Amino acid sequence: MTAPAPAPSHTGSRTTRLLGIAVVVGVIALVLLGFFAAPEDDEQQDAVRMIFVHVPSALFTYIAFVTTAIGSVMWLLRRSVWWDTVAGAAAEIGVLFCGLTLFTGSVWGRPTWNTYWDWGDVRLVTTLILLLMMIGYLSVRSLGGDERATATRAAVIGVLAAVILPIVNRSVEWWENNTLHQKSSLTDGNLEDMTLFTIVVGLVVWGLFFAWSLIHRFRITWLERELRVSDLDLALRERRAEGHTEDGDS
Amino acid sequence: MFADALLVAAKDLRIEWRSRVTASQVVPFAFLVLVLFGFALDANRPVLDAATGGLFWIAVLFVAIVAVQRSTAIETTDGARRALLLAGVEPAAVFLGKTAAVALQLLVVEAVMVGGIVVLYDASIESIGLLAATCVVATVGIAAAGTLLGALVAGVRARETVLPILLLPVLAPVLIGATRAFDDALGTVAVDGWAWLGLLAGFGAINIVLGALAYGVLLEET
Repeated sequence: MTAPAPAPSHTGSRTTRLLGIAVVVGVIALVLLGFFAAPEDDEQQDAVRMIFVHVPSALFTYIAFVTTAIGSVMWLLRRSVWWDTVAGAAAEIGVLFCGLTLFTGSVWGRPTWNTYWDWGDVRLVTTLILLLMMIGYLSVRSLGGDERATATRAAVIGVLAAVILPIVNRSVEWWENNTLHQKSSLTDGNLEDMTLFTIVVGLVVWGLFFAWSLIHRFRITWLERELRVSDLDLALRERRAEGHTEDGDS
Repeated sequence: MFADALLVAAKDLRIEWRSRVTASQVVPFAFLVLVLFGFALDANRPVLDAATGGLFWIAVLFVAIVAVQRSTAIETTDGARRALLLAGVEPAAVFLGKTAAVALQLLVVEAVMVGGIVVLYDASIESIGLLAATCVVATVGIAAAGTLLGALVAGVRARETVLPILLLPVLAPVLIGATRAFDDALGTVAVDGWAWLGLLAGFGAINIVLGALAYGVLLEET
């Protein structure tokens, strides 16, 4: 019997370290660009700088939950543990980004809309529903018990939550009269060059952070699973060894 | 498949009829929730008048949780889920049957509750057609989502607490759409209730399709 491979002391690798360094450098660049290079808005003044965090958070919320939905479908179709692990990791990061989107939106809303929250705004409300559904998804993943059953339960919720994604994304266009949100600033061509450039930098930094955290969460979840399996194997071997010893004694 | 669905629905309704749980526990519970809302808001009558539609549907969501838990419990006790699978009934038929049974029970409770808001909240019904259509369409969506998620948590030890966490956010669009439609039907707010009915119908259709597709996997693996 070959000896089990030594447990890794961390989940980092050369690639993730480079990614991590790029994220730190990117955040520093984003702060400098956002506060010093990008101009203030004629109407919103400095409050407009919230766009450099809010828009990337919102976009990567979608990307994270779409990843969860794809992972969920792949689990349901192929019973792929790899995809199930990706789905779970992406959901955790998506919940973080979604919370950040709502938080930055509220802080931004106070000076521009004169309110932190508006129940009549369909995008706010649908985003909150999405966040609550994905918190439910994570609750189901943390229930424990049979791993296949847990993965199947989570996958169904992952697909169910994906249904609401296009509603959140298109709500501003579908319910024009029921939202304080404006239509996409990125596509209407009204942004200053430096503002647009800083938003793109923000998107790149958020993308790198998403990749970095997804890889680490994937590896942690995968190693936890390996540990559970190896612990079970070890316990079985010990019981069998005890059985052999008792046979020898008798 | 629809014949099997009818059989499953009849089975669930027969069990409910014999146990009288809906009549003796769920209806009084719904009535109690309406009374409690009345206690909380009666001091401010205009608020109670304006909030009647929302309070009605919040009460329906609470009742739906109880009804779904009952419906799920029927299949989890004594290994009835396995028996259904062994009987060769299509999972989609089981899903449709159980959805129909839950929907019918909820509609009975809602009929009583409409009487409740007329008597207790002094609500006046401006459009009985819109009110009835909203009840039917919204309830089908609630029952479909509830039956799907009920099966999802059936094998979980903490299912009583997990079900509301999962079900209430999923049903939030129903709460919004049905409340707006009721506002129109009760004449409390000037909105186009029939337009909101379209949203409710879309929600119901999505949940029925997803439920019919996913129910088999959940029955076999959870």
